[in-house]
Amino acid sequence: MTKSLDIARRVIEMVGDRAEAEAVATTGRQALTRFANSFIHQNVSEDTVEVWLRVAADGRVAALQGNRVDDASLKRLVDGALEAASLQPRDEEWPGIAPKAKVPKIRHVDPGTTDVVPEQRASLVRDFIDAGEGLSAAGYCDTSFNERSFVNSAGQEATADDTRASIDGIHQTGESAGSAHQTSVSIGDIDGGAAGTLAAERARMGMNAYDTKPGDYEVVLSPECVASIVIFLSVYGFSGKAVNEGQSFVELGKAQFGPRIMITDDPLSKGGLGVPFDTEGTPKRQLELVANGVTSGVAHDRRSAKTAGAESTGHAHPQSAVWGPVAADLVVGGGSESVEDLIAAVDRGIYVATFNYCRILDPKTQVVTGLTRNGTFMIENGKITGALTGLRFTQSFVAALGDGNVLGLGDDTRYADSEFGAGFVRAPSMRLASWHFTGGTEG
Amino acid sequence: MFELAEKAVEGALAAGAKYADARFVEGRGEAIEVLNGRVQSVDRNESAGVGVRALVGSSWGFFATPDTSDAALRHAGERAAQIARASAVAPGDPMPLADVPVVQANYETPHQEPSLDVSLSEKVDLLVGVTETMQAVDQIRLARGSLGAWDTRKWFVSSQGHRISQHLVETGGGFAATAVGEAETQRRSYPQSFGQYETGGYEVIRRWDFAANAGRIAEEAAALLGAADCPEGEETLILEGSQLALQIHESVGHAIELDRILGWEAAFAGTSHLELPKLGTHKYGSPLMNITADATLPGALGSFGYDDEGTPAQRVAIVDEGIWVGVLSGRDSASIASLPPGGMVRADGFNRLPMVRMTNVGLLPGDSSLDEMIAETEDGILMSTNRSWSIDDKRLNFQFGCEIGWEIKNGKRGKMIKNPTYTGITPKFWAQLDMLAGESEWVHWGTPNCGKGQPMQVAHTGHSASPGRFGTVRVGVRG
Repeated sequence: MTKSLDIARRVIEMVGDRAEAEAVATTGRQALTRFANSFIHQNVSEDTVEVWLRVAADGRVAALQGNRVDDASLKRLVDGALEAASLQPRDEEWPGIAPKAKVPKIRHVDPGTTDVVPEQRASLVRDFIDAGEGLSAAGYCDTSFNERSFVNSAGQEATADDTRASIDGIHQTGESAGSAHQTSVSIGDIDGGAAGTLAAERARMGMNAYDTKPGDYEVVLSPECVASIVIFLSVYGFSGKAVNEGQSFVELGKAQFGPRIMITDDPLSKGGLGVPFDTEGTPKRQLELVANGVTSGVAHDRRSAKTAGAESTGHAHPQSAVWGPVAADLVVGGGSESVEDLIAAVDRGIYVATFNYCRILDPKTQVVTGLTRNGTFMIENGKITGALTGLRFTQSFVAALGDGNVLGLGDDTRYADSEFGAGFVRAPSMRLASWHFTGGTEG
Repeated sequence: MFELAEKAVEGALAAGAKYADARFVEGRGEAIEVLNGRVQSVDRNESAGVGVRALVGSSWGFFATPDTSDAALRHAGERAAQIARASAVAPGDPMPLADVPVVQANYETPHQEPSLDVSLSEKVDLLVGVTETMQAVDQIRLARGSLGAWDTRKWFVSSQGHRISQHLVETGGGFAATAVGEAETQRRSYPQSFGQYETGGYEVIRRWDFAANAGRIAEEAAALLGAADCPEGEETLILEGSQLALQIHESVGHAIELDRILGWEAAFAGTSHLELPKLGTHKYGSPLMNITADATLPGALGSFGYDDEGTPAQRVAIVDEGIWVGVLSGRDSASIASLPPGGMVRADGFNRLPMVRMTNVGLLPGDSSLDEMIAETEDGILMSTNRSWSIDDKRLNFQFGCEIGWEIKNGKRGKMIKNPTYTGITPKFWAQLDMLAGESEWVHWGTPNCGKGQPMQVAHTGHSASPGRFGTVRVGVRG
């Protein structure tokens, strides 16, 4: 039995028949090596233990979280949860705990990434820095190993473990910066030198940048930009809670996107990073959100599913009652065109390497404002002809992927960094007919 | 509890660290959410553990563990030193630490009524009542209320002899009404977006008097559905206090972080438009602009006794009559920049590395008032309560959206407007500050969700502000 399963079982046993109960225990090690000005300035690691318990006694619900797992501390956690629940009014929308169900046997684990030593991360950082050949490097390399178990009082049990490694960084020339990102289940897949080379190349291309007039431009967006678009659609749109509350753009069965847009939540596929069950113990499966441009799915936890008269899709998390369930193992369908092909098809437009500081102005229309960063380039007659200073945009993300606006999909689908972090979206580059830039970062 | 941190420090020193410090931190928290008269969640959390930081050569290493056995604590110290040695694969210049007083002290947040001791039923009843009041207004589909509290105890030990214990008490909450229309949603919040948080106990909540404001907030949200859109163009802009507080946070607070100025946050949070050689001469804004970073303000969310390096809380001048004069710093960054250490290094829990964070970065009050500003404005817009925020990595180009606005015509508040937004460039914007309300309208606004660092850390910061007027600003930016 794994340590996390032992903790989760002990908690549920302590609750006994006093309440419905569900427990999630997580153990692991997270480490992150951070560099700036081409040296390692922050280097951290931690051993983690967390246990989350939710109880429902006669429809009165409360949740507690802690990181002490000796018997006395777990008993205090259990007693505290039951006491908190007893003081509450009945929750008329409590959906009950998940029944026993088979959980897919998926392990996204690389044995070589379960116990990475700091020297391995430092070596990858060194490679990234050296690839800049004198440019100023900044970024991070992180690794993690987690083991997570779920147990509830209905007899549902599930355990999974996962590993993850990333490198993300920029090179700076003094007047420009370029970025690169890699994420994988295995540290062996991470190539610090290749990432550093790409970042340095983008940084050098970014020199002698000039301002361009705000307005509507055709764009080619990197996987990082597409990942940010799609994670916004997921958090603010494909959430069952947002749909129930009338705050989402989602209209099931309606062609809300261009016919080439395919978006799936797929935590189980090979090369993915997802966990095969959620924090309510519901097994995960592939969930189609957009098929050929038609909105076809919504992510639910048990609560939002009950309200909608649907079934949970396995997207609960400890805060989903408040923030809503979230699909975060997203895959965006790619195409057959290389990035060079996408650029070659543009008469006059802009290539964007990353977005920065995106914030939603209205969830229903998905109008978002943000900036470009670490690589904004003018495209003329199918070629990148120069670098642009950063631009601010104010753009509906739904309209961006709408019918007629999606002109090309890249063949470069990969895990991309996003506004909400890394490891959530696998996305390709995209060519879009129009993107609304509203100003420059310099004025 | 000092002995737990001491063991970790001993482990680091035995493993070759030339300096080490450690914090044992016990934290408790509570979050209550109510939607439409029903409790959505009551979450409580407890955590405890030790984080140890070791300096070997010019490199830092940090390790954290919740295991407080003797062996685990010594091992944590050793691991921190081992990680620091690994950092030498990509070494930097020597990392000196600025001198600070070595103190043995304790501190407790002044408070009257610990929030975690107030009965759950009283807190739930308050939120249920407030949300039911809002729901009674036509077109209000979502009425939310929330309360939160943190109770944190820390014991800090350094190899230089620091022994500091602190008990920090923080409380806050708020509510919001959302009206859902055909193709839009409109929201109003109180006391501000995400609620108002302060250092102190439940007396904070009682003082803001939620019940007296719920009806007005709901009426405003419903009315916004029928309001005119914010006009596009250049206008005189009046910002109420909480929006001005966020403007300070984003366009001043982050820009003056010395780690950003030194390039340590370049890849993620970004750098700054400020350059150290211009400290003391750079014009940040109009002469009405006087900013301090003051960790000693009673009640403000960014107040404490000592930072997480053991440096005493202090008040530092940041902008003096429009001229940039100060930064936010810690012992290493201040030493590198040859500046006095500001005592502004904090960590989000035992398991995070302390880093430069805002304390209470606030705009000192002026001598006007909101009423006077309106009366002296021929043509302008008053905007209130943040709805969205975005700013670039140098903290220059920003765009904010607010929940509500009103036209100002001929010295009078006119019709309500919806979707108000404004955009600008930091020094140009602050140069436009021409009226500032006085002390009676000066509030220690709190920001409980300031993200920075990798792994991500969330800090609680304060921003004192009163309403202010800006001469000419671009408003009404739309997609």
